Formats: sequence, C-alpha cells, structure tokens
Amino acid sequence: MKMFSKKERREAGQGYLFLLPALLVLGVFVIAPILYAVFLSFHKVELIGGASYEFRGLDNFMKVTFDDRAIIALKNTAIYVAIVVPTQTFLALVLASSLNAGLKGQKFFRIVYFLPTLTSSAVLTLIFMWMYNQNGLINYVLKFLNLPTYNWIGDPDVALIAIMIMNIWATAPFFMVIYLAALQDIPDSHYEAAELDGAGPIQKFWHITVPNLRPVTSFVVIMGLIGTFQLFDQSYIFSGGSGGPNNSTLTVVLLIYQYAFKTLGTMGYATAIAFMLAIIILVATLLQRKFSKEESLY
Amino acid sequence: MKKRSAGRKALYVILIVYAIITVIPFLWALSSSFKTLGEIVSGSINFIPKDFTLDNYKQIFTREPLFGRWLFNSLFIATIGTLLNLLFNSMAGYALARLSFPGKKSIFLMILAVLMIPFQVTLIPNFLILKELGWLNSYQGMIIPGAVNATFIFMMRQFFINFPKEVEEAAAIDGLGRFGTFFRIVLPLAKPALAAQTIFVFMAFWNDFMRPLIILSDQDMFTLPLGLNSFKGQFISFWNYIMAASMVFTLPILVLYAFFNRYFVKGIKFTGDK
Repeated sequence: MKMFSKKERREAGQGYLFLLPALLVLGVFVIAPILYAVFLSFHKVELIGGASYEFRGLDNFMKVTFDDRAIIALKNTAIYVAIVVPTQTFLALVLASSLNAGLKGQKFFRIVYFLPTLTSSAVLTLIFMWMYNQNGLINYVLKFLNLPTYNWIGDPDVALIAIMIMNIWATAPFFMVIYLAALQDIPDSHYEAAELDGAGPIQKFWHITVPNLRPVTSFVVIMGLIGTFQLFDQSYIFSGGSGGPNNSTLTVVLLIYQYAFKTLGTMGYATAIAFMLAIIILVATLLQRKFSKEESLY
Repeated sequence: MKKRSAGRKALYVILIVYAIITVIPFLWALSSSFKTLGEIVSGSINFIPKDFTLDNYKQIFTREPLFGRWLFNSLFIATIGTLLNLLFNSMAGYALARLSFPGKKSIFLMILAVLMIPFQVTLIPNFLILKELGWLNSYQGMIIPGAVNATFIFMMRQFFINFPKEVEEAAAIDGLGRFGTFFRIVLPLAKPALAAQTIFVFMAFWNDFMRPLIILSDQDMFTLPLGLNSFKGQFISFWNYIMAASMVFTLPILVLYAFFNRYFVKGIKFTGDK
C-alpha cells in the first residue's frame, strides 16, 4: 500500500478546505433537498403545527391524470414552449447574421438589443402590462394600423399570447449574442467559395450559416426549452398569482407554486409534479440532442 | 456591386426596425414615469410628457415608506451573495483544477450533475429546510442557499486549468503558503473570469422573483421585485408610480453593465462553449 507523504497529505487537506464552503452549500441546499423531494413526492404533507407526513405510495403521481388544472397547465406550457422556442431561435439567428454582416454601428445595435436581457422579469412584465392596457400603447398602434385591438390581459384567448410576445422579445437578443460569437468562427473562405459559385445572400444564409451553426443551435434550443418549460414570473405577475383569466396563463411551475404554498395538504403532490416536469425537460432535451445528431449525419 | 448595397440596406432596415422595437417599451416606461396621473389616465399617446414632473420619483419613496428598505434589501442580498459566490466558486474551482486529493473526480462529477437539476425540484424541500433552520424572512435564508453556483465552479476550474503554473511556483519560492498564493497572487490575476461571474451572479440575485416570493413573507424583508409586485397591487392604476419604481429598479443593473460590458459578452461566450 502506498503511503501518502506529508506533502501529499497537506495538499489533500488544503483541497478539502478550499472545497468545504461549496460542498456544504451544495450538500444542504441541493443534494439533501433532492433526496427530501423524493420522500415528499410519496407522501401527503401537512404543515399545520409541525410537519406531518402520511405515506401515499404513487398517489401523487397518479393524481395528475384526473386533475383538470394540471392538464390545463401542461397544455398551456406545451403551447408556450412549442411557439416560443422556434420563434426566438429563428429571430436570434436572423439578428445575429444581420449584425455579423460587417455593417457600421454593430456595437451600438448590440448594446441596444441587450437592454431586455439586463432588465428583470418583474420590471419587463410591468412595462408590458402598461403597454397592453386597453387604452395602452399597443392597442393604439394596432388601431393606427387598422388592425383589431384586444383586451390583452383580461381576455383568456389572448393573455398567453401576450406573454409569448413579451418573452420572445425579451430572450431572443440573449441567444443572438451566443449566435454572434459562433458566427465569428465561421471562416470567410466558406462564404467566398459560395460567392464564386454564384450564391446570393439568402442562399449563403441557408447553405453555409445555418449548417455551420448547428451545434450552437442545438445548445440554444436546449437552453430555450429549459427556460420556457419553467415559465413562472411573467404568468404570476400578469395574473396576480392566479394563472387567470380562466386559467389561460396557468403554467406548470405556477401550478406547483400554488399547490405547494397556497393550498393546504398538497405539498407532496406539488413535489410530484415538479419531478414530472424535470423528467419532461430531460426527455425534451435528450430528444433534441438525438434529433440534431441524426440530422448532422447527412 | 449595386446588388450588394441593396442587401446592406435591407440588413440595416432589419437592424433598425428591431432596435426601435427593443427601445420603445423602455422609452415608453421612462416617459410615463415623468408624467402626471392626469396625463396617464387620459390615455393620450405621446412620448414627451406634457407636464414634465419628477414628482413620481418623490412619491414612490413617501407613499411607500418601505421602498427605500426594499432597495437596500436587494442591494445587500445581491452584493453579499455575489461576493460569497466569487470567493467560494473560485476556491472550489481552484481546488478542482490545481490540487490533488482522494475523491476529487467524484466531487467534480457530482458538481456537474448538480448543473442538470431543475430548481423546481429542490424548491419545496429548500423551503422546508429553511423553515427548520428558522431562516425564512432572513438575509441568510436568501443569501446562503445561493452562495455557491455549480456553473461558475465549473467555469473557474476551466480558467485555473489554463492558468500558468510558473506564477504560483514563483510565489512559493518567495515563501507564500497555499492560501497566501491563492488570495494574493491567483485571485487578483483571475479578474476577467471574476468580472464575468460578477455580472451574472449579481443579476441572478437582483432579478430573482420566485425564491424571494417563497422565502420572504414579511414586507420589511421584501426585495425589489416582490416589492414592485405588491406596489402594483396597491397602486394599480397609478402607472406613473409603477413605471418610476421600475426605472429606479433598472438603473443599478445598467450601471453595472456599463462597467462590465466587455466581460459580459465573454461570459456568455463561455456559457455557449460549454
């Protein structure tokens, strides 16, 4: 058996000491909570007077199938993800390619586009609620363009769309910066060769830019999926925490919040939904990975 | 050649139109924050206030006496939280990059695994743990659970792996111990990595809505996003106040961005390379 020298032992001690704060925090507030969450998801939890737990087996997981609000929340979230992720990814790509064309004022545009990323979700939601007001700026512009106006916040048919528009606007520029970094790595010679073959700007975009950016697109889509599945702040502030009008802005995470902290005795159920959401996100991520790998074989 | 300049014009149009779309909500909010209530409710659409007034900014601090307190809470939590992250993430990243000890590989893998866990899963247990510790409605309850960030431990590890060893060896010859070397030599040279971390961690604390919503129920302890939300509930038609409060809340981040702008893009690039 190899004995540790004094120097090695000292270095090991220093290593643990350097890691100690991180391990403590991650242990108490990430690792332990995961185990605790597994436990909670199989129990009915009551918090009145100390906490009490009653074993319920898989009940919490089964309950979702006949919980109307859970199904609505899942549906809203799915629609939201399906529309926002492709739109913001495409918009980010178009903006990044335009910005990368070597025009003047690139820096200026970049700073401007970055404003939404810097601003908190609470502030952005309030600004948009003010613009979405019935007599607000957005309806004014729509009226000016002879388009129909909406009660953006109060009408269940459009409330979720209002949040989608706001979030596409807010997150596309963030992904644009990621694309921009990757675009700068595509060698100019690729474009020059295409130009010699007579390719126009649109062709160059589809045949050189898009394929070269595939790995980055995969990353952007995964980040987008994770972010959109977790929609909460905007729905909460928009609806005052209810997910209304008529459950139209109820998302999965908002539902988890309500079951965990607003109704009694459903904390275990909320944890079970959180696990299911985590699995949905994981599966979506894996599917995306598999899909983009298969595509790149061609 | 002519075709090319037409293409350029089209690109400029895209960029300018999108810049306008980006800026308008902010200009509208800024302009509303300088309007009188009368002008706000009249529903008139003009970007230049008719009666320019600073009164809204005064009113938010007097009508809502806690507004200053919320501002302080947010600044305090975000500042201390960021400093702890800079220290702890760098220490952990340094140990994982430079020191050798048994179990290093499994600890590193565990930290990578932590990156994959969506925070909703740990949210409810975290609440119960904080409750047990008596840390609900406290600064430590807001700061400590977020005092370490697996993403940035990973980033610091990558940074220190590429860090020239000679610098540390020279420090050792000069008689500095491990801790002296780390704090006096290594950390000051890690400034670019620390700057990128600063803006991201600060923004995460500063903008966080869901965690404070769960941990803080006492109005005195509210951070600005929560305060803003309750302020909106109280003054629902006073959009001039709400917009003024929103502007006050946005300013510190803009200042931070102005200082750390360069590192910001670097930090995002790093996230993209991961």
